[in-house]
Amino acid sequence: MSDKIAKCTGCTQKDEKKYGEIADIIDLYKDKEGSLIQILHLAQEVYGYLPLDVQKFIASSLQIPLSEVSGVITFYSFFSTTPRGEHTIRVCLGTACYVRGGKKLVERLQDILGIQIGETTEDAKFTFEIARCIGACGLAPAMMIDKVVYKQVNVNKLESIISKYYES
Amino acid sequence: MINLVINGKPISVAEGTTIMNAAKAHNISIPNLCYLEGIHKIGSCRICVVEVKGAKTLQASCMTMAAEGMEVNTNSDKARKARKVLYELLLSDHSKDCLSCKRNQTCELQELGKTLGIEETRFEGAHSDHVIDTSVSITRDMSKCILCRRCVTVCNQVQGAGILNAQNRGFSTVIGPAMDLPLGTVNCVFCGQCTVVCPVGALKETDSIQSVWAALNDKNKRVVVQVAPAIRVALGDEFGFEPGTQVTGKLAAALRALGFNDVFDTNFAADLTIMEEGTELLGRIKSALTGEPAVLPMITSCSPGWIKHIEHTYPEHLDNLSSCKSPHTMLGALVKSYYAEKIGAKPQDLFVVSVMPCTAKKTEIARNEMKNDGVPNVDAVLTTRELASMIKEGGIDFKGLPDEEFDSPLGMSTGAADIFGMTGGVMEAALRTVYEIITGRELPFDGLHVTPIEGFDQVKEATVKLENVVDEYKFLEGVEVKVAVTSGVRGANILMDQIAKGESPYHFIEVMGCPGGCIMGGGQPRSSDPDVRTKRLKGILAEDEGKALRKSHTNPYVTEMYEQFLEHPNSHKSHDLLHTHYVKRGEFNELTDEEFVVDTLRSSKKLRVPIGSIPDYCPSGQSSNRKMHEDLESVKILALEAENTRVKKELDDALETVDLLKKVIVNNKKPK
Repeated sequence: MSDKIAKCTGCTQKDEKKYGEIADIIDLYKDKEGSLIQILHLAQEVYGYLPLDVQKFIASSLQIPLSEVSGVITFYSFFSTTPRGEHTIRVCLGTACYVRGGKKLVERLQDILGIQIGETTEDAKFTFEIARCIGACGLAPAMMIDKVVYKQVNVNKLESIISKYYES
Repeated sequence: MINLVINGKPISVAEGTTIMNAAKAHNISIPNLCYLEGIHKIGSCRICVVEVKGAKTLQASCMTMAAEGMEVNTNSDKARKARKVLYELLLSDHSKDCLSCKRNQTCELQELGKTLGIEETRFEGAHSDHVIDTSVSITRDMSKCILCRRCVTVCNQVQGAGILNAQNRGFSTVIGPAMDLPLGTVNCVFCGQCTVVCPVGALKETDSIQSVWAALNDKNKRVVVQVAPAIRVALGDEFGFEPGTQVTGKLAAALRALGFNDVFDTNFAADLTIMEEGTELLGRIKSALTGEPAVLPMITSCSPGWIKHIEHTYPEHLDNLSSCKSPHTMLGALVKSYYAEKIGAKPQDLFVVSVMPCTAKKTEIARNEMKNDGVPNVDAVLTTRELASMIKEGGIDFKGLPDEEFDSPLGMSTGAADIFGMTGGVMEAALRTVYEIITGRELPFDGLHVTPIEGFDQVKEATVKLENVVDEYKFLEGVEVKVAVTSGVRGANILMDQIAKGESPYHFIEVMGCPGGCIMGGGQPRSSDPDVRTKRLKGILAEDEGKALRKSHTNPYVTEMYEQFLEHPNSHKSHDLLHTHYVKRGEFNELTDEEFVVDTLRSSKKLRVPIGSIPDYCPSGQSSNRKMHEDLESVKILALEAENTRVKKELDDALETVDLLKKVIVNNKKPK
């Protein structure tokens, strides 16, 4: 494994395991054409996000230009190049949720978390994003924290919802 | 053959012909922008749309193939209107400071506007705030980019370098290196091919004109100029001459008229290179044959783009490179030693300007290795395009100039030096000399031209058998010298991969960084002539054949240089002045701290450089590095800010939609 990640620049001891896993993923997909996106998905799962060093590692292993890897990553909003929080909050701002007060949820959450859309809290607990319709229009206004959908969210209940994630 | 009707005119064309080419063959020109014959055909700009009977939408004629029975109208009202709208949309996010743009009157976008009859721009809106990234060689002003992606194709498909690609999405799309990294920090080799194909002012060489004017105006400086071989068959393009026209005499006259004190020829140093490189090659082959350690194949080192490429991509194989500096830095070193001594000047008081077909040479002269006693060998590099623009600015009537000669002694050269400008030329020049030195006979090829290595194939090879050698070189009797020639980064990779695997069969390899060699360099005039390459090649060959002396070792001034100053090829003095070493850089620059960044700023914060305060290029060492990190930080912050703005805008958009929907609801309620 260590020779696989020998090319990795700026690797710390702590990262080595993660880079090893990414190297295994790359080995699995390397010979299949058009598998870059798949590799990036899995790499993000392993590493949490895709910083420049991980991008270099992937580009170098696949022998493709770094600018191509970064081009794909910056094209799709699913990929992140900055560290993400432990949990991701996505407030739906599709039309139905918007009309039913989605924007108020956004404003309140910004207050509670002290961050803007797209940012991560200082304690790395939450990343705050908006979503364009999550297909739960009947439950508007809706939001998701990780894979859990919260329906008909009351602005005043946001604080208690958030605090639950600090308890566990 | 396929029969179709274009604009009511029945025509027949070969199968596989695009509508655009079918029309062109019958004197109908369809306006186009992103299309580049034989290179770039992705239909991204849609300007070339035409109406095809039965098709639902307008078709991009650069991509749509002519088909049997097709009825095409290239000039319908619908097609013309569509082109105008598309054009105006392109302008809506283009910084329209045309009058102060370097591409003013050579801009393809500007030209297209005239062709399309544009008289208004109806769409005004947000402008993307892109970076203006100045490296020592190339400046990227992304506020002028129209996303045609020609540069992406040239960088990825033609050169195989993969530095430029589309980053981000939608309105934020920008063509550039990964993660907004400045060009001077990545493994770009600065070949400049992107600057040749850019239709607008988004990609261009970093300006050296101002520093050259400043030197010419400085009474304490003696300004020495030299020109590369490829300039003399390309500069004419800029003044209305047929591509490939030899303008050597006018070139020398123009330089003198601009006020340069000494007008020398890089060709002299090209002859010298052959002596140095040839001797080095013989030395290596001798060592290999006598069982001493020797690194073969030896590879030429004239092309700084190629050098930077091998330093990034094959840092373990730098020993394969010849230790010779490139010819213009050799000449610079001699001007500031031999010539300075001769005229009794201090090296610091001489300012050497090289006119090169090359953008990479701008970075080359900034390298630490290209200095002797702390004085740079060359002080400024002008591209062919930049020289043309100086001649125009200087009010010189180029066409009306008489033919003049280069100055002595560093202006005299043989035909072997001229062919340095084309792919295969350095190899041919070397063979002419080496073969004759070893065998005492002339190289046995037709008119001295080694045909297997001329032309534009990706990798060419030849074998030269050495028989009946002179006594001094008895160890070479019967040896078959295998040589290979390539141009362009992609071809170089093929030969380097062989070397990396230990399977290279060659003794000597010539690599030039640009496809076709220096005649097609990144600093050469942009030409719309599809045969420009062949025409420039012919010009170079004619220049060679027109010379009385055609072998480097017969240059009397080179002989004199050795007698009076350098002693003999590869002497101690030669090594000091004319040879160099290389830097391991690595794919991501991980092996060095050296970077080639001048400046990065956002287009919205564009500042004009005040006249007289020429940016002090500091490509190497600490200060640029620190500045680099500060810049990177600010780029990161700006990127975050931009993301924030984008998301806020999305929110506003949603808000607007809601307002609209509310209005619709209100309107629908009214009848009740």
